[in-house]
Order: sequence, then C-alpha cells, then structure tokens
Amino acid sequence: MGVVENNWEPKILAFCCNWCSYSGADLAGLNRMQYPENIRILRVPCSARVNPQYVLRAFMRGADGVLVAGCHPGDCHYSTGNYYTRRRFLLMQLFLEYNGVDPQRFQARWISGAEAGKFKTTVTKLCEEIKASGPNRKLRDAK
Amino acid sequence: MRRVGVFICHCGTNIAATVDCQKVAEAAKSFPGVVFSMDYKYMCSDPGQAVIKEAIKTHNLNRVVVASCTPRMHEPTFRKTLAGAGMNPYLFEMTNLREQCSWVHSDKEKATEKAIDLVKMSVAKVQKNRELFPDYIPINKKALVIGGGIAGMQAALDIADAGYKVTLVEREPTIGGKMPMLDKTFPTMDCSACISTPKMVDVAQHPNIELMSFSEVQEVNGFIGNFDVKIKKKAKYVDYSKCTGCGLCETKCPKKVPNEYDLGMGVRPSIYKPFAQAVPSKPIIDAKNCRKLVNGKCGVCAKVCPTGAVNYEDRDEIISDTFGAIVMATGYDLFKWEGAYGEYGYGKFPDVITGLQFERMVNASGPTGGKIIRPSDGEEPKTVAFIKCVGSRDPLKGKITCSRACCMYTAKHAHQVLDKISESKAYVFYMDVRTVGKGYEEFYENTLHDKAVYVRGRVSKIYQEGKKLILKAEDTLSCKAIQVKADLVVLATAMVPSAGSRELAQIVGFLPDLNGWYQEAHPKLRPVETPTGGVFLAGTCQGPKDIPDSVAQAGAAAAKVMGLFSNEQLETNPMTAKVNETICSGCGTCAPLCPYKAIQLIDVQERVHGKFVERKVAHVNNGLCQGCGACTVACRPGAIDLQGYQNDQILEEVDALWAW
Repeated sequence: MGVVENNWEPKILAFCCNWCSYSGADLAGLNRMQYPENIRILRVPCSARVNPQYVLRAFMRGADGVLVAGCHPGDCHYSTGNYYTRRRFLLMQLFLEYNGVDPQRFQARWISGAEAGKFKTTVTKLCEEIKASGPNRKLRDAK
Repeated sequence: MRRVGVFICHCGTNIAATVDCQKVAEAAKSFPGVVFSMDYKYMCSDPGQAVIKEAIKTHNLNRVVVASCTPRMHEPTFRKTLAGAGMNPYLFEMTNLREQCSWVHSDKEKATEKAIDLVKMSVAKVQKNRELFPDYIPINKKALVIGGGIAGMQAALDIADAGYKVTLVEREPTIGGKMPMLDKTFPTMDCSACISTPKMVDVAQHPNIELMSFSEVQEVNGFIGNFDVKIKKKAKYVDYSKCTGCGLCETKCPKKVPNEYDLGMGVRPSIYKPFAQAVPSKPIIDAKNCRKLVNGKCGVCAKVCPTGAVNYEDRDEIISDTFGAIVMATGYDLFKWEGAYGEYGYGKFPDVITGLQFERMVNASGPTGGKIIRPSDGEEPKTVAFIKCVGSRDPLKGKITCSRACCMYTAKHAHQVLDKISESKAYVFYMDVRTVGKGYEEFYENTLHDKAVYVRGRVSKIYQEGKKLILKAEDTLSCKAIQVKADLVVLATAMVPSAGSRELAQIVGFLPDLNGWYQEAHPKLRPVETPTGGVFLAGTCQGPKDIPDSVAQAGAAAAKVMGLFSNEQLETNPMTAKVNETICSGCGTCAPLCPYKAIQLIDVQERVHGKFVERKVAHVNNGLCQGCGACTVACRPGAIDLQGYQNDQILEEVDALWAW
C-alpha cells in the first residue's frame, strides 16, 4: 500500500433519484444541514436508471466511493424501480468483492424526499468510512 | 460544434456567501466547449433571463448551463428562457449550487471547489443533449369514477357540472357508500342521510352521469387521455328497464338473511334494496341466497312482479369504453377487530360492538329505530364504555396509522348516549384526543361538559360478570389501575383500505403505499394525483379522513380532471425511453420490467440481401412511458436509451469529475 497523502480528501459520487433522494438532499439544503463537501450528486430520474456500468466507470476514473440513493421500497415514484436497484446493488457489491475491492465503497440507501436528516447522516457516515478505507487505488485507471 | 454558455447565479448571497461565483465562472471558461461564462446576481429575474437571451444571440450559443438553485425549482423557468431565445428548451442543464452546495457547506474554498466540479458535470452532460420534442395525443373527454361513496359522487357531480361525461362505477347495489349509514355527522350534528341521499339522487338524475351500480372495473389498458376500460356489470336478475321499484317482491320473498347494511343487526329478503333510499331505487337478487337460483324452487318474486322485471336467466355482462381520466374513490372498510383483539373477547360478547354498529342503532332508520340497546337482551344500557384506537396506532395488532375520524365520532357517540339515555354514564378510553378540524375542539369540549368521563389508557381486558361487562385499564394520568362495569362497549375500529383495493390499483396501473392506501404523486404538492398520469384520488382510498376532507379532495380531483379536459391535446414529456431499432434484438427482456406496460414487441420489415424479412423489435409507447429508465439497464444490446438521461450523457458527467 502506498502512503496516503496528508491532505487527501475522498471524492464520492452519489446517484440520487429525482423524486426522493434528490429532493431529500434539497430539503437538507433548505434546512441548512451541514455535511462534508466530498459528495457530488448526479441527478437521475430513478435509482433504476443507474446502470452498474456507471458505477464501474466511476471507480475506474477514480471515485473513492459511490452511493446510489432512491425512494424507500414500496414508495418508488415509478412503482417498482428501486426493487431492481436493490437486486443490482447486491450483485454489484459481489462483483466488487470478486475483484478485490472493498464492497463497502459502494452503497445503496433509501432516502425519502422528507428525510433530510437521513441524507445528511448517510453521506456523513459514508464519507467517514471511505476516509478510513483510504483512496481507491485498485480499480483506478493507471496514470 | 458545441458552443456552451455557462451562467453562475449568486442568488443574492444565498450562493455567493459560500461559493466564489466569479472564480467558478472563470474556471468554467476553460472547460471544453465553453465559449461564454459569467456570473450574475439573480439569474432567474427578468433582467437575468434577458442576459441569457442576449448571450445566446451574441455568442451564438447552442447549449446553456445555469448554475443556481435546484432544478426542481427553476428548470421550467430557464427552459422557457431558451425557448424564448429560439432554442430547443432541452439543450439546457442546470447545476444545483444552492440546495446541494452553498447551503450545506461553510468552508468557502472547499465549497467553491465542489461548485466547479458540479458545473463541470453539467457542462459535460449538456454537450450530449439532443433536441427533444414533445408528442401530442388527443384526449377522450369522458371520466371514469370508481366508487360511489360521498367522494366518488362529489367528484362525478363536479366533473359532470363542468359539462363533461362521467361514468360512475359502484360495486354495491346502491351508491352512497358509508355516509348514509351514519346517523349524525360531527361537529354540526347534521342528519347524515338527509345530506347524502339528495346527492345520490342528483347523481342518478344528472344528464352527464352514467351510473353503473353493482359493477366492477375488470381491466384497464391505455394511458392518460385514452384509457380502454372493461367494466363487468354483475347479474342483478332484475331488468331495470321494466322494474318500477314498487318493492312488492321484497315483501313476499320467503328467504331472509342478515342485513349487511345494518351490519348483521337486522334481516333482509334475498331480493332486496340495501336501504329505503337506495339509488338506483330498484332491487337485485342475492344469488347466493335466492331459493330459485340455488335449487330452482320458489320463483315468488317473478310471480308477484307486476311488470315482469325478474329475470332468473340474467348473466354478467362486460362493457368496454374509453375514458380520458380515472378518479379512484374506493373508500375504506373497518378493521376486523374480532380476529386480533383477544382481550376484547374476539367478538364473543354480543354487547361489544363497533362504532358503525352504534351508528346504525342510533339511526332512526336503523334496525332498532334509533333506540340504543344491548344486542344481547334488548335492554337500554346505562353505562356505555368507548374504546378508541382499536386497530389504529397499534402496529402489533392493527395498523400503525391514525384513523383520524374516531376521536370525533366517539365524542359524538358519548354525547348521544348522555343525551338519549337519562342518568347514563359514558366512559371513553383514549390514547390521545385529536381534534384537528374546524369546530372539532369545541365539539369535544361540549362532550366533556356533558360529563363524559375521558380516561387516558388502553383497556387491557374485557370479561363478563353476570349481565355486566368488566373493563380493566390503567388510567395513565393518575397511574392507577381502574375497573369499569359497563352495559355496552363500543369500539372505535380502524379504517383500512377497502377490500380488493390493492388488486384494483394493479388493474388501473399504480401501487398502494405500505399500508395499502393509494399513494399520491407528491404528499404536499400533488395530493390528489397518482404517479400514473390521468389517475386521480378522492376520499379515503388515499388515507383515513372525515367527510369534509373527502368532499374537498373529491372537488380537487374533479378540478384536476377538468383541467386535463380543458385541453384538446396533451403534450407528453419527451424524456422517455427510445429504442434504436437497428440494434434491438427483439429479445423482449425490457417489456416485463416496465411498470407502465409501455413496451411492446412490434413487427418491422427490413430488407436483407434484397429480400424483405420480418423481425420483432421493442417499441415504447410515449403516452405510457414515464421515463424511469429501468428498461435501459436491462437491455442487452444497449438499444434502449432514456432521452434526457442518455448513457453517454451520464458517462460524460462521471468522466468530467475525474478526467477534466
């Protein structure tokens, strides 16, 4: 393992569904809740839009962590999208583990449009965990 | 050649206080494709929008990024700005710098760095944006209302009054629902039947309303503006075109069964109208109990009918029709407490009844003619105990939800006992008293003045001692165990979604929430719409509520339908899935994933080596597709993509974060 630079800060990509998690993040803003700057939110219509290919691409480009956040099971704006997400998420974690990557770098969470507090705690905790795991070196493109 | 313009908004100090907007605008100038970049105090203001339009013209921009608040707020605003400048409104992306950056961070340097990243993502995405154009579909201006309770009737009347045709489908033999069963309504103590039965008559007589009683919706296909619906008219065994509703058959029918309308407290014949003011005011034959239909012997009703309306050969009939909008008004049922509450006797004590049974009893047209009695011996009870939240707010035995109306109707019942029975006592066991409506708290205060005894605590046990029922409970305010000897116990049982409502939702094409209530599209901003376009909600099918709320919601749903019908055509959201037919293999994996049944396999003809061959490809119906993208991920050849959120757009965003 290489040495982690002193000022290293992880960069985490969060795919948020437009109807629940993205609006939950908006509500966190409205309530001026503070969370780490390491998170970059990418808006998707539904968590089921997140092709596992995107997650892989993010890790290959250098993401230290990836979050997929959608509506609670049963509350999906599109009725059933997050059920697909749930299954794809488990497979993706297995795939990462198979490749020797800490599967915890990839997380899926259900955050409703009303759960601003949950959004804050989720990203804060994820950020701490990724900081503890160190930078993603395994999947990152050779530079 | 992409020519991207980037506009960074200060939002006063909302963004500028934490993000160095000038620095972000400066950084954006170096992003690929960006030919113009600036920051401005209020981008959404009229002068702000004018600045965008001006820049589009002077710099010949063909892509625009605005970094300001959440796109959930101003995306439509800026799309209009683009359209105003002669651009396709979908060549636009918005960066969320306020809700998801400046408001949630305080370190200006780090927030600015993040803001630059977020703008990068938008600039990367917008380069891949294509011009999108909405489709237009015609609207069939006829509404289907499912459920003929107070909410369904109100919605039907409101839509019909606006001049549109309505079909009201009710599965019971009469419309009216639960409201005419009630005696008085809180807090005004109006006679419930007196205010609901005229509405039933209005529905039946309205020239724009087609009433289909004793019918059920069987199949729904299609989409907003054009729903193809199959409705089953159940066999009534009475020809309504001949029947005059004289009621002679009912008096002569020899087979009597418990009356559902009186919750089993009285009897009715097998050819019956549920109650005197039923609409339609004509009977049906209960096939399960009719002697003629069960074993072929009897036929009295046919013999006595003066118009020859009885027809034992009647069969179910399927009707097909097309509607532009559907209003769900399927109402509620009461929680079956007998299966859950052993401490209240599982229903073995005849003098433990439900609130609705109490309503029938205290109702002048009910089985006891308005007299409150003990069902076991017909005596007048002197002490009546009420238990609230039976099945409500009790996730272990019942439902987690509050049923909202029980606090008030229990206050009303206690008042009625104290008013009607001299020297009576009323005990109310409660968890909380919730009186949220207009005039409700005053009504509850009046019941307290009537000297109803409110005890805060749940009853833990009911048992019989002689003719009395003994209730054991803890008064949690004085922390004492108490015991009450009652003659009659009334349970305020929870409201639950009406039987079959889950299956019906699946037929219509949306899903209920975790508790089985119909899920609204947005709890605050779209409370009477379902996520499925053109399907609206009225009344308790959406969640427990009282009569005024149900009526108000029905009016709101009707207004939504009228708004829809006021258009000749419907503009569809162009951000839908699109199939690249040349690479679609026709495997069909996508079709079952679609929650809206929007994908179908169609045949296409192709010329291969000079010959025409036919093969199957997936086809997306734009009217049905809501743009979730679930199909895109499953597509093996990568033939389906979601317009506006295309694979290359999202991958560009991901790449930009690290590669730029």
